[in-house]
Amino acid sequence: MATNLSSGALQAGREFRTDHESFLQHRSFRWLKLSSLLMLVCIAAYFLIDVEPRPNGGTWVGYTLGTIGAGLIVWLSLLGFRKRAITEGGWSLKAWTSAHVYLGLSLIVIATLHTGFQLGWNVHTLAYALMMLVIVSGIVGIWFYSTIPAELSLNRREMTQRQMLEGLKALDRQLNEAAQPLPRDQADTVLAALGDSPFSAGFWRRTFNYYPGCKTTRAIAVFDDVPASDKDAKRVQRLLMRRKGQLERIRRHMKLKALLESWLFVHVPATLALIAALAAHIVSVFFYW
Amino acid sequence: MSAAGRAAALGIPHVLLEKTDHLSDTIYKYQKGKHVMATPNQLILRSDHEFDAGKREQILEKWVGRTDELKINVKYNAEVKAIRGTGPAIPGSVQKIVMRRRGKPDEVQEIQRHEPPYEIELTSGETIIAETVILAIGTQGNPTLVTAPGGDLPHVTYQLDDPTEVLDEHIVVVGVGDAGIENARGLAEDPAQRNVVSILNRKPKSTNVRESFANAKEPNAKALIEDDAEGKLTIRYESEIKQVEEGWVTLSTRDGEERIKCDRVIARIGSAPPRTFVEQCGIEFTSDDRQAYPTLSPVFESTAPGIFVIGALAGYPLIKHCMNQGYDVVEFINGNTELKPADEPLLVETFAGLPHNKSVEDWLAHLKANVSILHDMSTLQLREFMLDSDMRAYAAGETIFEKSAPGSSLFAIVEGSVSVRIDKNDPTKTVTIPQGSIFGEVGLISGRRRSATVVAAEQTICVEISRNAALKLMSQVPPAKREIERISTERQLLQMFGSGLTAEDLSEVMATAKFKTIPAGTEIITEGDRGKNIFVIRSGSMTVEKNIGGKPVFLSYLPAGSYVGEMALIDDLPRSATVRAAIKSDVIELDGEAFQRVLQAKPALFASARKEMEVRRRTNEMIESRKENFSTIVQLYSEQADFLVSQGIGEATDVLLIDETLCVGCDNCEKACADSHDGLSRLDREAGLTFAHLHVPTSCRHCEHPHCMADCPPNALHRGPDGEVSIDETCIGCGNCQRNCPYGVIRMDARPPKKPSLLAWMFLGKGPGPGEASKLWRKKNSQGDQVKKAIKCDMCTGIEGGPSCVRACPTGAAIRVSPDVFLSVTNMVDEG
Ligand SMILES: Cc1cc2nc3c(=O)[nH]c(=O)nc-3n(C[C@H](O)[C@H](O)[C@H](O)COP(=O)(O)OP(=O)(O)OC[C@H]3O[C@@H](n4cnc5c(N)ncnc54)[C@H](O)[C@@H]3O)c2cc1C
Ligand code: HEM
Ligand code: SF4
Ligand code: SF4
Repeated sequence: MATNLSSGALQAGREFRTDHESFLQHRSFRWLKLSSLLMLVCIAAYFLIDVEPRPNGGTWVGYTLGTIGAGLIVWLSLLGFRKRAITEGGWSLKAWTSAHVYLGLSLIVIATLHTGFQLGWNVHTLAYALMMLVIVSGIVGIWFYSTIPAELSLNRREMTQRQMLEGLKALDRQLNEAAQPLPRDQADTVLAALGDSPFSAGFWRRTFNYYPGCKTTRAIAVFDDVPASDKDAKRVQRLLMRRKGQLERIRRHMKLKALLESWLFVHVPATLALIAALAAHIVSVFFYW
Repeated sequence: MSAAGRAAALGIPHVLLEKTDHLSDTIYKYQKGKHVMATPNQLILRSDHEFDAGKREQILEKWVGRTDELKINVKYNAEVKAIRGTGPAIPGSVQKIVMRRRGKPDEVQEIQRHEPPYEIELTSGETIIAETVILAIGTQGNPTLVTAPGGDLPHVTYQLDDPTEVLDEHIVVVGVGDAGIENARGLAEDPAQRNVVSILNRKPKSTNVRESFANAKEPNAKALIEDDAEGKLTIRYESEIKQVEEGWVTLSTRDGEERIKCDRVIARIGSAPPRTFVEQCGIEFTSDDRQAYPTLSPVFESTAPGIFVIGALAGYPLIKHCMNQGYDVVEFINGNTELKPADEPLLVETFAGLPHNKSVEDWLAHLKANVSILHDMSTLQLREFMLDSDMRAYAAGETIFEKSAPGSSLFAIVEGSVSVRIDKNDPTKTVTIPQGSIFGEVGLISGRRRSATVVAAEQTICVEISRNAALKLMSQVPPAKREIERISTERQLLQMFGSGLTAEDLSEVMATAKFKTIPAGTEIITEGDRGKNIFVIRSGSMTVEKNIGGKPVFLSYLPAGSYVGEMALIDDLPRSATVRAAIKSDVIELDGEAFQRVLQAKPALFASARKEMEVRRRTNEMIESRKENFSTIVQLYSEQADFLVSQGIGEATDVLLIDETLCVGCDNCEKACADSHDGLSRLDREAGLTFAHLHVPTSCRHCEHPHCMADCPPNALHRGPDGEVSIDETCIGCGNCQRNCPYGVIRMDARPPKKPSLLAWMFLGKGPGPGEASKLWRKKNSQGDQVKKAIKCDMCTGIEGGPSCVRACPTGAAIRVSPDVFLSVTNMVDEG
């Protein structure tokens, strides 16, 4: 019953509509398809071309695979620059990530074939192992990227991190005041709980959301035995419980954010190590061969 | 002040009456240290007071010094209450004032004008007699007063200069607009001040923030609700002040009266524009429009002889204009008829290079005589109008603009004529628009692209009128408004229905057309009704819902430029769905019967309408048929659509959304935004509301009718080629746009210093890295004066590749959409 005839925004000109498609599905899995094709070609080359004496890195097929692999590794590492150099032009980081993931996975096949299944305790195998480490961490990353965001979004309940912290601070102010009339020892446990900032914990605690000595929890327990008639104390306990709820939300938030980043702490340093090992591998092949 | 300065310099007896205890109250009230700008740069200053861009303090100091030097006779704390002529009555000169009152019929008051001299009555009761009066009272007006008994007690205040100076008080803030909220939060911010703050809201509590805080920006309202939840302050809903006493106030609440302690009342219930006062002086306004200004002669004289109006009140909101007019008006009064207005050189430039070699005055007269919409303008208005407009000369056959080209200006033909290509494949099919008429009005009305190519039919001269100038024209000159509306409606209909329709075919329909403004949420069509009228949406947008299984299901979204309601005409059945305004919208209602006759006469039109209808019917049927297996999805979708509309997506043209099932929180979008725009991010990813994992971040929606544009003194806001709303460098940092944007997406900040390069950061650790640098770093490395200007998303105009935020998102979570694409059922079914 309605017609839209002059919606100019849809007419010619620069169009900024973006497809609602994740990086994994980007352009109907274009890079998955291309990377599968690449892998098939490599596998076919490996098995169909009969090289003497046996397939390894030193044959022409091996060289070709090695060159493709090394080129890919260098290109994959460049993602770190692409992500941060906001230059003009029609690039999209989503397309880059999509290609990064699928081409990165194809390395499993390409590099393994390149080795000709000859592994040992040397710099060549070190490079291979590091590469596999990077790839495995990448796979973990994908798993995190696809499961955590929704959880993060639910947990934050439309609040920003700043707002969560401000909420906590406001509770702390109330607690500070409510604790004034309490006896000394009770007041001290409350104050100790207030000193318990969500940021004092280190990386591991944050990542595993593990806070054994949580002073807020302890302070709540202190008030368990107080009779219900002690209104001031009960009010403080209720406030403490609210503080704990807020604290838990913030901790969950930090855990999820830490997890989303954690794998990069392996992925990126291992990439640096890989590049060093790869350089050593290439140099040694040309010098000592 | 400038006028009094000139009078003092010329030795004319004068008195400068000032309400407050200082001059230039508007500027006095700017925030401390504000950088005041002297736009427009090309305009020369003509005043006995100096004025150049600089800090507020320095400017005010210089003015005070100069005022003393010139020996201006200033009377402070002298608020003028009334101005009355004391001479004989002027025959036939009666001022009619229409007073609008809610729910009651308008009341008309008639005032007989009298000749000067004027008696000026002050609030103190004192009177002053003057031959001529210059009104330069600005547009700030007076705050709305507390009318309850005791409202005149000294602790009932209307402003709060520094909330941190208020200690240990019980305070009642009245009004939950932005000003009231900011005051209340400021007072309660630091518990060490030990203030007990209550804020009164007349509306009931509701889960929908927009409902209970209709006049505040959402982030402000939410912050207030949070403060309330945290116990920092108290929001009292459904409460009003009943009575004020020393130390106490009595409130009337839903549950009866309540008396609470109160040392200070801060009422922030809006301010009344000075119009009523001005009208009572016998000064006529150009129209009933809220934006209208007093009717003035070329020498700033109002309809009350001897009363002159200048400055912001006369419609010139920039300081330099105001000061120049002060000088000029005194010169005029002093009999200097030779004086050319200060804008003369600018106008000479506007008319330079045109054929005929006429003087500015001749050109203005020529324009007035030849262009119908400019007939009724005063020369003064026309001068100002031409400052914002351009003259264009075209040779025969030259293209004026192309179809689909961006453009928001209106053209009027001064000489010659133009032809409009109505068929893009066949350049010979054209319609001619004659001299005196206008074209390009579609771009003006809805800020959209040109709908057809226009070519000069012969040697032609046109005025190109900017959107702002055109809107001002429409509010000041009612006949011009009617003319533009008539022409644009007729053309919109012709273009919409196409199929070889001519203006004659539509004349009957046009005669029945009714213009209506529909408030947000109001239904124009109700499902099941037997109406037949057709509605054309001129501005705003509508949502279409159908009742399925007892629940309203969102069917589609109709942007401006659509029409709705023709289904009932064709199939003669009751209305199949409900259509309501998503935001305040303007529609044209056409009579169904008259339209039906047009349909019958034009089979081609009938056929195309029928085809459209089939498509809609199929969608309806599909939803109906799938409602069993899709009911949860349909409902979810419906709720989601409602959410998006409530977030302003209904009035957006292009909006950034974030799919929170994909967003990994890397903030690369924000960083990219900062890095492609002088180092400041124009979007806040985390802030904003979320529904079903679809997040609407705090970022410009590029509204169909941008609220931010409403009141920008230097006209710094524009709609650009791609529909983007952007701010240019003439911004004076007044913050009006920030206050006017309901979505809180404009920030005021100074351009940060340049950062070391990306490589220097990566390898040498230099500088703050990608993204917006911390405040600390910016402060440490800043050079020179920090000029705060308004900044907001400009959709990365001029940056190849388009918006950086979406390009820089690694996972595809950040998407830009236009509402008509996103809010459609097909979308839901595809994704479901
Ligand atoms: C935040 C902000 C920033 C701005 N920044 C700039 C800028 O950088 N550059 C720029 O060019 N423009 C700027 N403007 C616009 C500019 O300040 C105003 O347009 C200009 O001050 C208007 O001057 P005016 O003389 O017409 O009125 P006003 O400056 O408003 O002066 C009117 C005076 O009359 C007094 N008065 C009012 N009623 C009565 C009465 N009944 N009896 C006696 N006295 C009365 C008032 O107290 C006041 O002192 C800004 C505006 C705002 C709000
Ligand atoms: C040898 C192969 C690889 C190398 C050298 C490599 C290298 C890199 C580098 C340098 C980054 C940039 C990190 C940053 O700056 O934030 C990165 C990011 C990433 N990599 Fe890899 N990677 C490899 C393989 C993979 C594989 C196989 C996957 C997935 C299965 C993967 C998934 C990702 C993802 C998801 C990102 C994060 C993108 C973002 O958030 O911007 N990588 N990789
Ligand atoms: S800045 Fe203007 S265009 Fe953007 S959301 Fe606000 S009012 Fe709309
Ligand atoms: S852009 Fe905004 S801050 Fe700048 S002058 Fe216009 S309204 Fe004022």
